[in-house]
Amino acid sequence: MCLGIPGKLLELHDANGLRMGRVQFGGIVREACLAYVPEAAAGDYIVVHVGFAISRVNEEEALRTYELLEQMGQLSELDVPAASDPGSGMRPDDAGSP
Amino acid sequence: MKYVDEYRDGQIARGLVSEIRRLQTSPWVIMEVCGGQTHSIVKHGIDLLLPPGIELVHGPGCPVCVTSLELIDKAHAIARQPGVIFCSFGDMLRVPGSESDLFALRSEGADVRVVYSPLDCLKIARANPDSRVVFFAIGFETTAPANAMLVWRAREEGLHNVSVLVSHVLVPPAIAAILGSPGNRVQAFLGPGHVCAVQGFHEYEELSSRFKVPIVITGFEPLDILEGVLMAVRQLEQGRAELENQYARAVARGGNRAAQELVERVFEVCDRKWRGVGPIPQSGYRLRNDFARYDAEPVFGIARIDTRESDVCISGEILKGVKKPPDCPAFATQCTPQHPLGATMVSSEGACAAYYLYGRHLAHPAAEKRSEARQA
Repeated sequence: MCLGIPGKLLELHDANGLRMGRVQFGGIVREACLAYVPEAAAGDYIVVHVGFAISRVNEEEALRTYELLEQMGQLSELDVPAASDPGSGMRPDDAGSP
Repeated sequence: MKYVDEYRDGQIARGLVSEIRRLQTSPWVIMEVCGGQTHSIVKHGIDLLLPPGIELVHGPGCPVCVTSLELIDKAHAIARQPGVIFCSFGDMLRVPGSESDLFALRSEGADVRVVYSPLDCLKIARANPDSRVVFFAIGFETTAPANAMLVWRAREEGLHNVSVLVSHVLVPPAIAAILGSPGNRVQAFLGPGHVCAVQGFHEYEELSSRFKVPIVITGFEPLDILEGVLMAVRQLEQGRAELENQYARAVARGGNRAAQELVERVFEVCDRKWRGVGPIPQSGYRLRNDFARYDAEPVFGIARIDTRESDVCISGEILKGVKKPPDCPAFATQCTPQHPLGATMVSSEGACAAYYLYGRHLAHPAAEKRSEARQA
């Protein structure tokens, strides 16, 4: 229910006095209300929940976290073979699910 | 998809799991609060990847699950009335009340519509000035800003044919109730990432220091959850109890101020009854008096409805992390997503429904191995 999907803000417009935007999620483009992310600009990634942007993705934080995670991935190569495989659920191709 | 695919990398997941295995010396019980996290954990089998000493228990963070049967019955009573267009998020449609569900009501002629955003109700109200449009406003703090905007805009636009049936719930009082309950087993929490994107840190810092419990605000992808578990295990092993933020790409310390401001204008905190758990003081939102004309409960004057829950269902204990779905004699026999007996089976984010959906009731070698290891 508290699903929030990161999407790329393509363009902004006004609808009945509300700040709205078109947001791209993978291959799908949907409308989202931008009233709560006044700082968001075209090209930014925003987290959208029930048609509202609730947060702008902080790209610096994302990069920093991901670098740490990648180091974890390199560690796994030094480790004994993992006892269990992450399994079919980890496929990157099942992205769009809620 | 950027910010999704890279958080599902199997190699990094293996690295995180071996780091958790390396750090862990004692058994620990960790609760993920949010139903979205529960779904992700069961879907990706994350609990089965962890060493047997780390147990994940599933929290009460599914608003569809915890919406009380009384309110669901009220929703159905409103939806049945002529001239009503009843709008709801899709998740709520097949949740059974005492007699029926919204899908069945629609097939009987009720005008029940699924909306993607609460703002869709404004369009429907403008296009149908002779109908009364009612929105089932459920959700946690994440959804409150969207639902608040619906009410705010209805007033701004002078749309008087819109009202909301409010069933809003709040996470921190539920965490406090779990930690304060006599049989509590939970030693650390994965905090709800999107709730915190709206609310920020401070309520969780207070909980962490008041109950001396580690809380790690965590995202929803497999690597987010594994990193959240790693951070929680590190705190537990080092004897720390702090608030940490794994989901820094989406959650800032102060949360979303603009959203908090509108929620504060439209809603006020109230007591709320949680399905499966019971009443929790100061654990919900209701509309402020200024917005009373948009409150569907008095507008439709639905009388108190008496309801009765299943005697067999153990969803209350599951929501508190005391039990797991397979501990219930009715799980996957009498109780299935098609015929749910209680809270944790009614939505795919409920622990029982997620276990059922991903075949945990079937013979599962990895699950059996874990259960043997735990008993040994």
